[in-house]
Amino acid sequence: MSTQALFGQLLIGLINGSFYALLSLGLAVIFGLLNIINFAHGAQYMLGAFVAYFLLNKAGLGYWWALVITPFVVGAVGVVIERLMLSRLYKLDHLYGLLLTFGLALVFEGTFSHQFGSAGMPYSIPESLQGVQNLGFMYLPNYRGWVIFASLVICLATWFVIERTKLGSYLRAATENPTLVQAFGINVPRMITLTYGAGVGLAALAGVFAAPIYQVSPQMGSSLIIVVFAVVVIGGMGSIMGSILTGFGLGIIEGLTKYIYPEASSTVIFVIMAIVLMIRPQGLFGQR
Amino acid sequence: MSELRYERVAFAVMFVAFAVAPLVIYPNFGMQLLCFALFACAFNLLIGFGGLLSFGHAMFFGMGSYLAAHAALVWGLPIEIAILTGAATSAVLGAVTGLIAIRRQGIYFAMITLALAQMVYFFCLRAPFTGGENGINSVPRTHLLGLVDLNQPLAMYYFVFAIFLAGFLLIHRIIHSPFGQVLKAIRENEPRAVSLGYRTERYKLAAFVLSAALAGLAGATKAMVVHNASLTDVYWAMSGEVVLMTLLGGMGTVFGPVVGAVVIISMQLYLAELGSWVTIAQGMIFVFCVLAFRRGIVGEIEAFLRKRSAS
Repeated sequence: MSTQALFGQLLIGLINGSFYALLSLGLAVIFGLLNIINFAHGAQYMLGAFVAYFLLNKAGLGYWWALVITPFVVGAVGVVIERLMLSRLYKLDHLYGLLLTFGLALVFEGTFSHQFGSAGMPYSIPESLQGVQNLGFMYLPNYRGWVIFASLVICLATWFVIERTKLGSYLRAATENPTLVQAFGINVPRMITLTYGAGVGLAALAGVFAAPIYQVSPQMGSSLIIVVFAVVVIGGMGSIMGSILTGFGLGIIEGLTKYIYPEASSTVIFVIMAIVLMIRPQGLFGQR
Repeated sequence: MSELRYERVAFAVMFVAFAVAPLVIYPNFGMQLLCFALFACAFNLLIGFGGLLSFGHAMFFGMGSYLAAHAALVWGLPIEIAILTGAATSAVLGAVTGLIAIRRQGIYFAMITLALAQMVYFFCLRAPFTGGENGINSVPRTHLLGLVDLNQPLAMYYFVFAIFLAGFLLIHRIIHSPFGQVLKAIRENEPRAVSLGYRTERYKLAAFVLSAALAGLAGATKAMVVHNASLTDVYWAMSGEVVLMTLLGGMGTVFGPVVGAVVIISMQLYLAELGSWVTIAQGMIFVFCVLAFRRGIVGEIEAFLRKRSAS
């Protein structure tokens, strides 16, 4: 096969990796503070794409507006969910959080399937990002280049906020010992609510990025989130940078597999997960 | 009344209800109820008594159903051997995936089983013998032991009923055996069980394999009932459904999964024409159960009876 095809698959891998990284990052941030695996993450990603679609078709607000507005809209939905439902579960087994968010995912997906069927709806690439760059060895569509670049920036910004700022230090401290942090006069319940909102907002942002690439459909999140779970297991949820690296890395490996042995491309991440679990059960970046 | 008395009465009620059910409902629908009830009981063995939440049980149900259908249609095996083939396949799959999954606990265990099940789903989508999107269709039913014609709905119903009873009683036996007691000890406090000298990993793996085999048995039987095996049986939604049945009926109760399966499958039948409403309703039941009804139907009844006998 040609190098053209190789670079083509690598590009697709990088794009997928951007979404893996963005979504597993959100999952890791939420898990760190709430000890809940947010099963609704895929549905919230789908919600993000739909909000962008509505903004364009109902309010006439384009892509750039959607990028700004959507995370706040869907994040607000997340805040409501946390206040009304998740906050009642913190004293229980963590598995209940998983079951609750799974139920919410079904409700979201079912509602949108009911309204819009299962066919995807197109969302066109904004005019300013149309066109293609000739890199010599391959052609790079501008929009795809933008998604990779923007995801990287957002991932690194999230890492910076959590690891290098005062706010982030509160967050990390509350992850270790919420009672003690509360005793220092920090409003931990509010921090938990906002963290969940922020994680959900990240998922929604990923949804806006995805809308022009994968089309907008009610099922766009459900199979993706299962792959992201595998990514999270491989990386271990202990480290933010770990989530980012694992996300991009696995996207690239998946792309390479599509080039070398396409039959295995849909299962390669799960196989890697099985191998990692046998050798290093806590995940590549996880702590015991 | 003692706990044991209650259990006997409840068992008698369940036995009679299923025994006379074909007089009231279509035998075909009754058989599906029985298959899903067995599937939920198998799942409950793991979560209710081992404390392990598997989010990938569809892989055992689906593989059991595929292999049984394949064995009956292509290899021409008699029905009882075909069903056993399906169950055995799921047991082997359970051993392999179990070895991987039990390396983590809690939430990770759920995510890992879900991911492994998705891998099995993709395998079934691509593998030549499953028929991909079409599934395996027109699976024949032979004579049971060469004697009873199972194409008669009532004969098939009681055959399925017998399989369900065998599975149910086996699970009951497992729970009340020393092995089952160790499982409960691991669920309550794993480090303590380790300190008492139990190799908890082996117990968990054994429970996982047993649960997988029984789920496979349920899937294999279902393939014979509906004459086909399809991708629906291995899809993640099926894993979610069995969790829902068990949660609604009562996790860790003996009869809960049966009640939950009957409610959910009946609901699906009545809402079937409304399409996506089934998914919405299931999601809402999930949310409701987690927020306000964690003991489930049977769990609540047990708690009520216990309270009454205490006062």
